[in-house]
Formats: sequence, structure tokens, C-alpha cells
Amino acid sequence: MSNPVAILGVGMHPWGKWGRNFVEYGVKAARDALADAGVSWTDIDFVAGASTMRCGYPGYVSGATFAQALGWTGARIASCYAACASGSQALDTARAQILAGLADVALVVGADTTPKGFLAPQKGERPDDPDWLRFRLHGATNPVYFALHARRRLELYGTTDEDIAAVRVKNGQNGLHNPNARYRKAFTLEEVLESPIVSDPLRLYEICATSDGGAAIVVASTEYAKQLEKNPATIEAISTITPTFPSTQLELPDLATDSAASVPAPDMNFKPAIIEAAYQEAGIGPDDLSLAEVYDLSTSMELDWYEALGLCPEGDGHKLLRDGDTEIGGRIPVNASGGLSCFGEAVPAQALAQVCELVWQLRGEADKRQVRDARVGITANVGLFGHGSSVIVKR
Amino acid sequence: MAIRNRVAAREGWYLLDAERPRLLGTQCGDCGSYYFPKHDTYCRNPACDGETFDEVELSHRGRIWSYTNAAYPPPPPFVAAEPYEAFAIAAVELERERIVILGQLANGVGVDDVRIGDEVEVTLEPLYVEDDTEFVVWKWKPVTQAGS
Repeated sequence: MSNPVAILGVGMHPWGKWGRNFVEYGVKAARDALADAGVSWTDIDFVAGASTMRCGYPGYVSGATFAQALGWTGARIASCYAACASGSQALDTARAQILAGLADVALVVGADTTPKGFLAPQKGERPDDPDWLRFRLHGATNPVYFALHARRRLELYGTTDEDIAAVRVKNGQNGLHNPNARYRKAFTLEEVLESPIVSDPLRLYEICATSDGGAAIVVASTEYAKQLEKNPATIEAISTITPTFPSTQLELPDLATDSAASVPAPDMNFKPAIIEAAYQEAGIGPDDLSLAEVYDLSTSMELDWYEALGLCPEGDGHKLLRDGDTEIGGRIPVNASGGLSCFGEAVPAQALAQVCELVWQLRGEADKRQVRDARVGITANVGLFGHGSSVIVKR
Repeated sequence: MAIRNRVAAREGWYLLDAERPRLLGTQCGDCGSYYFPKHDTYCRNPACDGETFDEVELSHRGRIWSYTNAAYPPPPPFVAAEPYEAFAIAAVELERERIVILGQLANGVGVDDVRIGDEVEVTLEPLYVEDDTEFVVWKWKPVTQAGS
């Protein structure tokens, strides 16, 4: 059963490679979200920060970091780390406080400053950490894992190199109209296909970069929203489930899967299971969706989500794309924001940025990338160490 | 510098035996789930309370679940060869253990040489050299038609 909370305001600091302190991006996004909500910072009861592992101690204690930067008010805080799902878990933590009646209005903030190149593990010799071992023993970067899944799609489902390249072309087109996107450039299919292979079959323009950026959301109880005479978008579901044993899809950063020798593999893989939990909580299904913002860490991964969302049968993702169904103006636009293709990933901010886009779309404020009559939107996201999330927003 | 020592990059993870290389895993004494790398404390099967594990040699052959390559040098702690040479990497499913294990493909085997479902076997190859010591890791080598 759905238990909604209101989204009163959203804000972002544009994505880029700005090289400044991540706190600055978070505070800018937070101030924009508060202004959008018409709520004063001093009225916020609870702050949830999405943490980053790359910016030292302030990154670990993100809730306190942002609260201090906005000015201590005595508000309660939480700091959430869940790899790529950190933003959703922070949002879920704020939602739980509100639904439990412990807070009326909360601020959720995520921001990151990222180094250039491959995301690398933390320094030092750490032979018990699978994230260290996968680099040490195999040189298995994130794109290697994305590529293993992409290769299966190509060989088993008949998806072509052109199909996955077309995802970048579609998202590039959408991102042209997004002032918060880092890359606002249209690509031709040829340009994508001529970019160098990073991990076969994935090419440079098919793999998401790492970016600096910040995103923030003000959430409140529906009663609080009514007092402000708001007609807000509402969060209808947040799924942050973990995989089910035995997890048989090789996931970051594991050196091996679980063994399915004693217990059969679950009927549903992790990605569709994340989505199914969100659908169940919101009491909706794929036919109810107006749009989706999904994690395209690789072009091929966007097609994984088409199937996980139940928009088409397993293996048919490329057909949906070929038919134009997932373009703006199509049956179910995917990544109208331009997606990670155009943003690059700012890990703790990214899942929040997906929700920001849904809110702008549902309010009809998305300008040239507006999806017509958008009423229900969903996000989909997956990351290291068994993390993933999906958020359903309605208006 | 001449190589004087040849050691496993991860001691105890595999038999350092050129004639008979084998990955070493564990198996839960209660439910029979296999683990690689070795896991020997508490079983991760949520329905199992197992706390005793047997060390087992894993099947030395399996089939390619998927494969790719690293066209650019991975960052540390990987020790990249200079000049850098791209290498291929595969995830291999072992039939008995129903487990998929990651590893590089053997030196000289590229992405054009394999397909999903191809049979491969464990081999030992150098990962990096430090002073006069060569650190060895497991890799996956295609099983030739001759049935080597």
C-alpha cells in the first residue's frame, strides 16, 4: 500500500568537472531546493546526506557537513552510504522519519567531486576488500563489468553494436535541452561507433564519465504540504532491496557469483526485483508510467532497464529503442534528462538528480525536453555491493 | 633481473602446480554451497546455519559466461605492463559448482578468439614481477579441439 510523502522542492548544481569542494555544490542545490519549496532552512527538522568516499571525512559525514555549511540549527541528521543508491537511501531515510511522525519537513542532499579517469579503489593494501582485489588480480575496472553484461546482450539477444550506440544518440539529443547536463552535444551513430573501444563491445561514448555535481530535495508530510497550499508531486514508493541468494549475475565488485549448487537461482534477477518491489509498493505497473529515468552507466545497461521495468520482454530492449518508443514523444520516454550519458556520474547526487528530473517533468517545467501529460515517473539505479534503488513519483 | 621466486599473488587461493593448476574454494558442510574465494566462517545461504566448511579443488574447466577486454591500462593497485598491452578477461561458469568466476584470459587470447559457451580451463600465468619475484595468478585458457 502506498504511503506518500510530498516533494516540495528540488534543486541541482550543474554537473561538470568543476574541481571545487563538493560541499559548495551541495549547498547550492540545497538552497535552490529550499527556494523552490518555499521553505526556510531554519524550518527543516531533519537532514539526510548522501555520502561520498572520495572527499575525506566531510564526505563520510555528509549529513553533518551540509547541515554545518547551511548553518547549524539543531536539526537532526543522518549520513547514508549505499554506493550508487546513496541518494535514494538518504531520501528513504528522510521519508521514514516523516512517515514515523518524527519530522514534518526534511532536506536530502548529495554532492561529489570526482577525479579524472577510471574510478579506482581506495589506496593502501587491502587484500580482504573485493573492490581492491578485482583491480589487483584482474584489472577489472567498472567498464569491464558493464561490458560483460553488454556482451551477453549482444551474443544472446541479437542486439547489435548499432543498437547500443543508438542509446547514446537518443540521450545526447535529450541532454541538449538540459541546463544541468555536463555534455550538451548531439552525436551521430557514426561518431559513437568510431569512438575507441574501452572494454569490448563498449566504446568511449557508451560509458558514463565521472562528474562533479549536487542535487537536493525537500520532502514533507502531506499534511505539512497542505498547510502550504501546495499541489506537490508525491513519492509513492522507494525500493532499496538487496539481491536474493544465490545472486548469479556477476555484479560489481565481486570476483565470483554466489553458487547455485544447493539453492536454485531466484526467478527474478536483481534489476527486475528492484523494480518489482517499487511497483508493488506504489500499487502500479509498467502501463501506468509516463516516463523513466534509468541508470545508463553503459548504453547497453539502459536496455537492461527497459526489460526490468517490464516495458518489453527480456531480450527485446533494442526493439523498443528501434521503434522510437523510448524517445521523447514515444510511448514511454526514457532518460528525457539526457541520462548519465549526458551527466556523467556524481555518485551520491545521481539518484537524487533522477528524482529532480521526474519532478520537473511532472510539473510540466522541463521546457524543450518535456514529456507530454507526464503523471507517473520512475527511477532505476544500481551500484556496487548489492545496492540498487527505484523511486516512483506521481502528481 | 632473473626471476628467483615464483609465488601466488594470493596465497592459498590456488594450487601453484604448473601441471595441475586448480582453484581452491570451500563448500559448506551443511547445505553444500560452494565459495570462491574461500569462505569458511558462516554460510551465506540465508536458510543455512552452517559453520563448517571443507576446502575443495574447484572444477578446472568451465564455460565462458561472458568476456571483454581492458583496452586502456587499469589504475593501481593493478600493475600494468609497460608498454601497456590490452588483455582479455572472462567470467566463467563452473557446471558442478554453479558459480561464475572472473579471471583474465590467457596471454595471447583476445576477444575475437572466444564466444560465450566456449570451454576454458584454469592456467597459471605471471601477474607482475617485483624485484626477483614473479607473482602468479589464475587465468582462463581455451580448451583446444585436440582435447589437451
